[in-house]
Amino acid sequence: MQTGWSNETLREIFPAIWDGFIVVLQVTLVAGIIAIVVGLLVAIGERNGPAWLRRPLSLVFQFIRNTPLLVQVLIVWTATSLYINPDWSAFAVGSTVLGLHYASYTSESYRAGIDAIPKGQWEAATALNLPSHRVWGAIVLPQMARRSAAAVGNWIIAMFKEVPTLFIIGVMEMIAEARAFQGQHYTGAVEGYTLAGLLFLAASYPVAVAMRRLENRLAKSNF
Amino acid sequence: MDFQAVIESLPRYGEPLLVTVGVTVASAALALVLAFGLGLMTGSRHLAVRTPARVFVEFFRGSSVVVQLFWFAFAMPVVLGIQFDYLIVAGIIALGFNYGAYSSEVVRGAIAAVPKGQLEAATALNLTPLQKLRLVVLPQAWPEMIPSLCAFAIMLLKASALVSVIGVLDITWLAGLLGKQPGQDRLLHYAVVLVIYFVLAWLIWTGMRALERRAKRGLGIEAKVQKGRLAPAVAAGGVD
Repeated sequence: MQTGWSNETLREIFPAIWDGFIVVLQVTLVAGIIAIVVGLLVAIGERNGPAWLRRPLSLVFQFIRNTPLLVQVLIVWTATSLYINPDWSAFAVGSTVLGLHYASYTSESYRAGIDAIPKGQWEAATALNLPSHRVWGAIVLPQMARRSAAAVGNWIIAMFKEVPTLFIIGVMEMIAEARAFQGQHYTGAVEGYTLAGLLFLAASYPVAVAMRRLENRLAKSNF
Repeated sequence: MDFQAVIESLPRYGEPLLVTVGVTVASAALALVLAFGLGLMTGSRHLAVRTPARVFVEFFRGSSVVVQLFWFAFAMPVVLGIQFDYLIVAGIIALGFNYGAYSSEVVRGAIAAVPKGQLEAATALNLTPLQKLRLVVLPQAWPEMIPSLCAFAIMLLKASALVSVIGVLDITWLAGLLGKQPGQDRLLHYAVVLVIYFVLAWLIWTGMRALERRAKRGLGIEAKVQKGRLAPAVAAGGVD
């Protein structure tokens, strides 16, 4: 049993935790792209998709949004590793589930951005007889992007901090690295978890501040 | 898929369900108290009051809840010498502190949004600061907080599944245990647990809607009718 903080252990565990931090960044990149793209597709699909798709799509993503990421990760990982394809890596499966989970949040931010566009914009687009891809590409999406950017950014930061959940299926992020280190050296809980927390703080705080600035700037600008 | 074995083991979810609900309710209560305390402090005019609260909030928002859970369960007993008899207490503290820090921004924002004229009128009536808060500010700020607090309560419920990884015996833990037994289908057990969480989330949402309607009616405002969707009402900046 460990008795206290040890700088010695800190030096030994740092490389492992740092490796874990890099994995966290990689997962964030992959899952972030999924969350940004799928969230947008869901928001558009729920609004302008074919009628038979709208209701089920909305229900599925409400279900994803209101159930724990941990259990979703476990159920998908069980399904893929036991029944679908055991070769799929925990990294790929974990990142996909995390990305889809946060797509359920970003889609709401996009939806709010679309809903905030004045009705006259839609009417003008109809009056000009623009084709649907022009309505979205030239009128709706550019206006929505400004309104949704900060909110979506905030969800990505929140997602970044939830990456450690994936340790449960063996993605070697910081928690998994700290546990592996403890398994070998019978010490390192204090140093490992403290370091992991501080790295999260150091990485997310500046981005969160930048997001708040962006939010304020967009809120002030007249659009 | 063997439905029979899963159906027969459903009664075993009773006790773990109480644990899940207990963790959620206890940490939500802790989070609510912290949210009001920190929200009032971060909105204070005095730097000496504002700064410590700000540091606490940024610290708990910035470092991941999963890491905090492990830290309170396994690092704090070593560093601070505080040892809980039950890990569930560490879980409740970690979840309560994290979501308390997040929700304090909701409280601060809602209080800041109370029209200035209300405060001026309260001053003109010579109300004490405490009276001002209790009679003028909070009754108007509270209904505005409810949708965002509801969203955080649902996120807290979801995060409560994480206590299973530090060794608290909740429904997620039981699904993992039963799923490994012979003759049991692990996928079905996880599916059962997902449905339980969804129902609990729906209950929180329904309860909060009723609470919001009541709070707004008390002010003579008709609550906006939202379509029946479980949506996060967290405004931009609520979660970062």
